[in-house]
Amino acid sequence: MPDISLAALTAQLFTGLVLGMIFVLLAIGLSLIFGLMTVVNFSHGSFYMLGAYLGFALVGYTKSFWLALVVAPLLVGLLGLGVERFLIRPLYGRSIDDPLLLTFGLSAVIIEAVRLVWGKIGLSLDPPRALGGAVNLGFGMFPTYRLFVIVVTALVLVGLWLFLERTTVGLVIRGGSRDPLMVRALGVDLRRIWLLVFGIGSALAGLAGILAGPMRSVYAEMGVTTVIESFVVVVVGGMGSLPGAIVAGLLIGQVVSVTTFFAPKLAEINVFLVMALVLLLRPSGLFGEAGLME
Amino acid sequence: MNRRAFLATSAAAAATAGFPAILKAQSKDPLRIGCPLPLTGPFAALAADMQRGAVLAADELNTKGGVMGRKVEVLFRDDQLKPAVGAQRTKELIENERVQFIVGGLAAHVQMAINEQTKKSKVLFVSTSQSDEISAKPDTSPITFHEALNPTITSRVVGQWVAQNLGKKWWIIYADYAWGKQNNAVLTEVLKKNGGTLLGTTPYPLGSAEFSAHLPKIQAAKPEVLMNVAPGADNVALHKQVISYGMKKEMKIAQPLHWISYLKEGGAELYQDVYGGINWYWELQEQIPTAKKFVDASMKKYGLPPGDYGAYSYSGVLEVARGVELAKSTDADAVANALRKNPIYDHFKGKQWWRACDNKSFQDMWIGRGRGPGQTKGDWGLLDLVAKVSANEEYDRTCAEKGHA
Repeated sequence: MPDISLAALTAQLFTGLVLGMIFVLLAIGLSLIFGLMTVVNFSHGSFYMLGAYLGFALVGYTKSFWLALVVAPLLVGLLGLGVERFLIRPLYGRSIDDPLLLTFGLSAVIIEAVRLVWGKIGLSLDPPRALGGAVNLGFGMFPTYRLFVIVVTALVLVGLWLFLERTTVGLVIRGGSRDPLMVRALGVDLRRIWLLVFGIGSALAGLAGILAGPMRSVYAEMGVTTVIESFVVVVVGGMGSLPGAIVAGLLIGQVVSVTTFFAPKLAEINVFLVMALVLLLRPSGLFGEAGLME
Repeated sequence: MNRRAFLATSAAAAATAGFPAILKAQSKDPLRIGCPLPLTGPFAALAADMQRGAVLAADELNTKGGVMGRKVEVLFRDDQLKPAVGAQRTKELIENERVQFIVGGLAAHVQMAINEQTKKSKVLFVSTSQSDEISAKPDTSPITFHEALNPTITSRVVGQWVAQNLGKKWWIIYADYAWGKQNNAVLTEVLKKNGGTLLGTTPYPLGSAEFSAHLPKIQAAKPEVLMNVAPGADNVALHKQVISYGMKKEMKIAQPLHWISYLKEGGAELYQDVYGGINWYWELQEQIPTAKKFVDASMKKYGLPPGDYGAYSYSGVLEVARGVELAKSTDADAVANALRKNPIYDHFKGKQWWRACDNKSFQDMWIGRGRGPGQTKGDWGLLDLVAKVSANEEYDRTCAEKGHA
């Protein structure tokens, strides 16, 4: 049995919070896209990976992590726009499997392209100097960079919330995910909204990638398991629900962290156990609406 | 360009150096060696190193006119670090490409799958990565050779050295698969023998990118030494996170193995003062003539020195060639017998030998400490060798312990 001091447990909860924040960033993009257009975007993990790689390249060119942190997600977002416009759009109105298969294939293409450009060997992305060390938070040393990840994610979430709740475009997005037919009847061109939302979702994945880069190692397959974990978060939170993605992301982060503390071998399984449990009790997830998948 | 055309051109390009010899070699069927490696995924850096090593060996042989006048071709396949894919690629290499030998494999569990195939097809296999089982019954066979070090040898040597020099209160974090588990078991045993205390162990799933959730518990336990048994890309991610939590200031960091490919990927700051075992390091060229020859060839062709695992595949291919020359045959049993009868060789690191009972290669190894930023030599001079441990069969389990009567 490990030492269950308050300090150790607090450190563990903080660690779980960072894991949760990355989950939230990834899940929110997936959930936005699914909620509005019922597209299960399997290339999300590759966008995440691409965020890290573009971040690496931009840090190399500009020598500025801060610039890369802004530009890399924007570039991934641009790619997302292109993907929606030229690949996904022709598939609207067809079964939910078609875009799923398409994005699954796209993800393989992106991985192969990254191998061609940057090689099969992994890269190392360093945190900026100012965020390099660790700070004493009373319960022990905690990496400065991870605190920074918490802050950035929180800011992005607040910004996204304001955008969705306080702007006209946000209103249309919310309306569009509730009742697309009605919104169309009001004379709104939903295609432009879909394009925008796919871009935002992709950019969020890219942001998660460049944020995760300095903590983890960067390699072409880094998104493969991450996309599965993100889907678990989306399913637990409820497909299409933003509050669901946030709550579930933070929940899964703590489940991983706390299980790791007591029984490391169970950490992976417990995530799926939570998913099974949630689905048994609430088949549409914690905050989900029934019927979206039909 | 398709794969065949690519192989043909690269073989031709490789051959230009020894033009007259190659003409002679081309007159007969080539000697074909299959090399399954995890060319994509978290072990890609090591696999690339191993691919270069095998190509250098084939070049060297072909410049000399091949093996028994036959040109040497090495065919690479990506096993994706999956046992089932490794078995399938090996089968294809043997049945479709008609390779006569298999040299390669990286990761203990994939190696076992390759070995099952080579045993079934009666093809001689030189395994080039760590595993305790590959040279022990029931998995091994008279035509399975093990060129690499294994977890028992590595962890006995490194564990002993770390216990005596760095501290006796340990925490072990290990990848939860064959290689990780074997090292964990041996390290635990060695620590006990040295009167040390194991404060705890952390198994984690191979291929993880996140270790942070494991770390607060380890920090709270305050070990003197954190032993990292994490291969491939995991190794870089783990060290990044261990250091970001300020743990390098609180404890010594050691690992059974250093891999120069990952030291390079992670950088000097990450691996500064991290201790680990290593089977070979390119700066040994200052002391060992065969190492110099190997490094020179690699610098000339690739502009970078070979790494520790590239050395294994280089040596593995050269050993197949030596066996064929000795046996004057490509028959698996004949080559195996020839190698056992003439067990001593030296391709890159000084004297090595095959133990007759288990076809295990015995060889020197070293303990290295990561150089800090500013102390490195060029891009690849990342290690100071702090100790040499000479080859000794006693570091491995005995023939009897491995099930060889």
